[in-house]
Amino acid sequence: MTPVLETRAITVRYRRGPDVLTDVSVTVPEGHGLAVVGESGAGKTTLTRILLGLLRPLSGAVLLDGAAIDGRLSALRRAVQPVFQDCYSSLDPRQRVDRIVAEPLRSLGLVTGPDRRAELARRVAEALSCVGLPEDAARRYPHEFSGGQRQRIAIARAIAGGHRVLIADEPFSALDAVTTARLVDLLSGLRERRGLTVILVTHDLAVAAALCARTAVLERGRIVEHGETAAVLGRPRHPHTRKLVASVPRLPS
Amino acid sequence: MTYLEVSGLTVRTAGDRTLVRDVSFALDRGDRLGLIGASGAGKTLIALSILGLLPRGLRAEGRIRLDGTDVLGAPERRLNRLRGRAVTAVFQESLAALDPLMRLGAQVAQPLRHRQGLRGKALRAAVVAALESVRLADPERMARAYPHEVSGGQRQRVAIAMALACEPALLIADEPTSSLDTTVQAEVLGLLDRLIGRTGAGLLFIGHDLAVVAGVARRLLVLDAGQAVESGPVAGVLSAPAHPRTQELVGTARRLRGALERMSP
Ligand SMILES: Nc1ncnc2c1ncn2[C@@H]1O[C@H](COP(=O)(O)OP(=O)(O)OP(=O)(O)O)[C@@H](O)[C@H]1O
Ligand SMILES: Nc1ncnc2c1ncn2[C@@H]1O[C@H](COP(=O)(O)OP(=O)(O)OP(=O)(O)O)[C@@H](O)[C@H]1O
Ligand SMILES: [Mg+2]
Ligand SMILES: [Mg+2]
Repeated sequence: MTPVLETRAITVRYRRGPDVLTDVSVTVPEGHGLAVVGESGAGKTTLTRILLGLLRPLSGAVLLDGAAIDGRLSALRRAVQPVFQDCYSSLDPRQRVDRIVAEPLRSLGLVTGPDRRAELARRVAEALSCVGLPEDAARRYPHEFSGGQRQRIAIARAIAGGHRVLIADEPFSALDAVTTARLVDLLSGLRERRGLTVILVTHDLAVAAALCARTAVLERGRIVEHGETAAVLGRPRHPHTRKLVASVPRLPS
Repeated sequence: MTYLEVSGLTVRTAGDRTLVRDVSFALDRGDRLGLIGASGAGKTLIALSILGLLPRGLRAEGRIRLDGTDVLGAPERRLNRLRGRAVTAVFQESLAALDPLMRLGAQVAQPLRHRQGLRGKALRAAVVAALESVRLADPERMARAYPHEVSGGQRQRVAIAMALACEPALLIADEPTSSLDTTVQAEVLGLLDRLIGRTGAGLLFIGHDLAVVAGVARRLLVLDAGQAVESGPVAGVLSAPAHPRTQELVGTARRLRGALERMSP
């Protein structure tokens, strides 16, 4: 089966500076989650920028459904929806939450017809309730929410459009365990019901284990391990992965 | 007199919604209090109240005494003198805390200049040392970079370095490491621990990762929907949580962690 997204031996550099990704190849089969883990600064967010077409590699190829993404940015926009690491700055402070969450539905023209407004409102309400936000959240502005609530607004927006692929960069970093567990269930539900593919950058290895069948480990811009999550995190072979697993903070029993 | 005393703190919106209700606690130099609770429970609003930084439209009632000053109702001039020396905070959203138009080195230099009176070469060396202390590789590049030119976790570490450079008597850390991978997180927490230990500062640590909070704090205060529902020594609260909300938080944290542990042979 053709993977939905793929990078082939990409090398990436920012304007001034050294290689940030070197010879990185990942494949993401449809409906299978991919977790991207690695130390701060390893290049995880950079990899998501590449997959979203926001940054171009110096060399190598990026493929959507088996074809290079060059010149196919609108197909990429229709297929892939991001949740950014700094989610607060991705929420327009002048817009109410209902408009923010409805944005992908509007910009892709997904809701049409005479009952358009009602249908948009219904979809927004559904997305907000999925992420555990109260109904009245729709009429408020982003600054009126807590850190974790803002993160959930960004997730609600990302799932509202019904995209095939979700690329989420530390989407649960500000959430408590109960809310995180709820959203992990939400995303696995979408994967089972709709075949949603989740590419997840996370420092929370427990979440990677719960949500993603495969895991790629980045160290200073290179993939050092890539395979079944159970194998990569359960029996890590590379010292970098071992260190990541060993430093997971433990709860005193 | 206790360094920080919060009594009957209540925070309301202009429309009279109560967001924090009648919360009281005390924190002395050398104390380490962990503030936990579900997303939206009111943790950040409590931190902002102590700093006198509640957003417009919200008002606080009750009493907050910080180093002998009544924070609520104190004039801005007075609060400005407290911030930095008496209390410093690291916040959840580091991008918002940093000036987007200023190089990171210049931002870290500010507290070092004010607090430690450093200038010139000594200041530049202290900036590099501060960046190295939070395990930033290539501190010279970091010092020259603007906030958007570094990764999320690198930015967070710069914010931590700035707060620590203030050497405050009370440090408020609101999810300071939640965007850091486990390895770097462990090292930054170790640094925080050593620094607090050396300066004898008080620490109010807000976090959602119970394992992290448990490693740093000695006492816990659990919030639920704006109210304090449980408090006590860390080990006691985690081994025998009394309130249903605490039980749920602790239980789910153990279950999630279990998913990882079951994979290891
Ligand atoms: N400026 C504001 N106007 C109105 N309501 C607000 C405002 N700021 C926060 N709130 C509400 O107050 C409650 C407490 O917010 P707070 O930021 O203290 O939560 P928190 O415990 O820090 O949560 P998180 O873990 O998600 O960061 C939330 O329900 C939030 O929606
Ligand atoms: N706009 C930019 N210009 C120059 N260098 C950058 C830029 N953005 C990121 N970098 C650098 O590229 C490297 C990889 O950054 P990236 O944001 O991909 O890391 P990350 O793995 O997402 O880290 P974190 O876990 O801290 O978010 C870092 O060393 C960072 O400083
Ligand atoms: Mg990142
Ligand atoms: Mg908060």
